[in-house]
Amino acid sequence: MVYRVGEAVRLKRMAPPGHVRTPWYLRGRTGIIERDLGESHDPEALAYGWADIPRRRLYRVRFTMAEVWGDRAERPEDRLDAEIFDHWLEPADAA
Amino acid sequence: MPHDHHDHDHEGMSPSGHPYRPDQDAPLTRFQKMEIAVRELLVEKGVATEAEIADQVARMDARTPARGAAVIARAWTDPAFKARLLEDGSAACTEMGAPVDALRLIVVENTPEVHNVIVCTLCSCYPRNLLGLPPDWYKQRAYRSRTVIEPRKVLSEFGLDLPEDVTVQVHDSTADMRYLVLPMRPEGTEGMDEAALAALVSRDAMIGVAVPKV
Repeated sequence: MVYRVGEAVRLKRMAPPGHVRTPWYLRGRTGIIERDLGESHDPEALAYGWADIPRRRLYRVRFTMAEVWGDRAERPEDRLDAEIFDHWLEPADAA
Repeated sequence: MPHDHHDHDHEGMSPSGHPYRPDQDAPLTRFQKMEIAVRELLVEKGVATEAEIADQVARMDARTPARGAAVIARAWTDPAFKARLLEDGSAACTEMGAPVDALRLIVVENTPEVHNVIVCTLCSCYPRNLLGLPPDWYKQRAYRSRTVIEPRKVLSEFGLDLPEDVTVQVHDSTADMRYLVLPMRPEGTEGMDEAALAALVSRDAMIGVAVPKV
């Protein structure tokens, strides 16, 4: 599914093995789509030279430090952006 | 008396009185062996010559933060270029003769309200075509983990104390993008040309752990 800029998304809390590009500290966290970076080959598959490499849409997702670190945040209003591939995202209101 | 060494043991010292430093006498690591094996195979099978490999190493060593500084100075003096740089960093750098290769460049602008800082928590992604090889601290776990947890404290240790009302915006380069900070042009530089401005822009300012000063 394609997300719009400004839409709230949650990172899936999964732990697959391999060359994963989604940092552990952001899994399960909710952010806002900052920009759509288009499609590219999935690096999680590319790293192993598989024959059939899926294309994934890459987004920049913006989080508040309050969302990422909770009460431990150094300054809750500071922000963090990270690049996340679409198969790691779900709508923030998904059950 | 600074050179009064009479009470000291001179064993292990050079004739000039300085300690010998060990050479790299330890056995090769697994990755050093693999690098040599791959390099020799590439030559043996005619994929690349030794000269081509040496040329490529020289090309990589030739990339320095001066390239990035030239891009920043152009953006400070040419508003149309700055707009193109923020819109599509890769295209603007190619225009200046500093292509970003296969990766894409995102340029993030510091303002009086927002200060940007770049990190790669997963490894050491870095805009090498514009800044050369990353400094050792950029690749170490302390910088990589602490910059996302306590960026203000990290910046403070670099000598950069941000006012409380400035928002810190951390960029974790987790995938295909590379990042460059466009710092604010310092006050008092109105009469300076591009070359003089570029000399004010340090590598650290383009990573976001410093700001340019006159």
